[in-house]
Amino acid sequence: MSKRTVIPFGPQHPVLPEPVHLDLVLEDERVVNAIPRIGYVHRGLEKLVEKRDYTQFVYVTERICGICSFGHSLGYSQCIEQLMGIEITDRAEYLRVIFHELSRIHSHLLWLGLLADGFGFEALFMHAWRLREQVLDIFEECTGGRVIFSACDVGGFRQEVSNETLKGIVIVLERLREEYRTIAKTLLDDSSVKSRMVGVGYLSHEQAKEYSMVGPFARASGLEVDERLLGVGAYGELSSFEPILSDQGDCYARCDVRVKEVLQSIDIINELVAKIPEGDVMVPVKGSPEKDAETMMTLEQPRGQAFYYAKGNGSKFLARMRIRTPTSQNIAGMVAALSGAELADVPMVILTIDPCISCTER
Amino acid sequence: MSYVSKSPWIIHYDGSSCNGCDIEVLAALTPLYDAERFGVVNTGNPKHADIFVVTGGVNEQNAPVIKQIYDQMLEPKVVVACGACACGGGVYQTCYNVLGGTDSVIPVDAYVPGCAVRPESIIDAVVAGVGILEEKAKAMKMNPAHKDRSESDAASGAHVPVAQVDDVPGASGAGVE
Repeated sequence: MSKRTVIPFGPQHPVLPEPVHLDLVLEDERVVNAIPRIGYVHRGLEKLVEKRDYTQFVYVTERICGICSFGHSLGYSQCIEQLMGIEITDRAEYLRVIFHELSRIHSHLLWLGLLADGFGFEALFMHAWRLREQVLDIFEECTGGRVIFSACDVGGFRQEVSNETLKGIVIVLERLREEYRTIAKTLLDDSSVKSRMVGVGYLSHEQAKEYSMVGPFARASGLEVDERLLGVGAYGELSSFEPILSDQGDCYARCDVRVKEVLQSIDIINELVAKIPEGDVMVPVKGSPEKDAETMMTLEQPRGQAFYYAKGNGSKFLARMRIRTPTSQNIAGMVAALSGAELADVPMVILTIDPCISCTER
Repeated sequence: MSYVSKSPWIIHYDGSSCNGCDIEVLAALTPLYDAERFGVVNTGNPKHADIFVVTGGVNEQNAPVIKQIYDQMLEPKVVVACGACACGGGVYQTCYNVLGGTDSVIPVDAYVPGCAVRPESIIDAVVAGVGILEEKAKAMKMNPAHKDRSESDAASGAHVPVAQVDDVPGASGAGVE
């Protein structure tokens, strides 16, 4: 047996936009074990619920993570609405799903760019981010913010988005789809890109099940987990929804799943814009959650299932707010996928789970 | 702005932020905003960097990391605090694990407001940082504490003599107008 070496990876590392530390235990060039250490981004947001009342806390949940900011405010708002028995309007439900899918497109484009940067294909990184700006322009036009929108609130949707604007969004997305196909083709068919991804960081179906993986990471190992299948909100109005699966379980499969999910999200938005009902987007919210009333919600974030739990205490302040985010689920799978990988492939494996450390640590 | 005398290389570290500012820092480098036209390059090595871009607040665990990156950077260096959290804690100000803004561990030269910051303001701050960088470089030449080092460098031929640097047009003026 060769001698073991430990190589520290992170928290400051060129491929990591966010800080996470890994101790990589190596035998020659092969990783035999990876020991993650987190806590660089921990702020203690769940405790903040004692100092901010339930309407103010929407803004805090948005700032759990800047990439999935809309998803977090959506999950929190749905949770409080369930807790207080508020019925929101159909138009607000549709708008929420449209914006949630738009943030999935922006998140996946961002990730595809980072992935390209991870294997040294800088031109592809720049092109993916150039396309992403078109989605951010939509956000800015409709809500005023590029990454934090403050659009979703308890009781509905803050901004009225006119039907003309929605039709404009569809036109922009159709144009984006054409440009996106060239990027997708390079990511999936280029032989140099394939040589970095095929067979790297393999996670079997059984392992994915055993570690309870979520999101595109699990779907790339053939596990059919997608919270959108539950049909909460306007997802129930879709004529059909099939999660995108792959059974290869390697980095290439994870890339493949996300590439196709962008196109799927465009289709979902097109369908919902065609069907969106007229009406108000906000209902007035009065009172506060009852004492010891509890509720939970799940939501499909761009990175997978997010879980929200809230408990009222009879006043404007919640007794407890608990959020479990997709990356905290996926870290165990990442460690499993890392063992056996070459040292040079480590950044690829870490990137393909799409780690969101801000979400994980809150 | 008509003229920048130096291509500033930046190093970016995410403190305890929400990611919003981090992706805007990267967005500032990508085609729409394209800070690379000013020669701004994002580097992973503190020793290559002139400007330290920090996003997010400081907590117990990342304070030593921020300090270490800052210490590894060579003089002259500029620190840019990007976003409300890096400027003073932002929405997380009252959280139990947040010590405050970047200036609670290292000196900050430029503060960029916004939650999340806009790429335009990041570019503005980095370009202003070049001006501060030059002032610092000038102050280093005046300061006797640094004199010994520059003299020995000049003797070994590693550095251009101070007088010659001043002769280069524009090198002594502020980079930003």
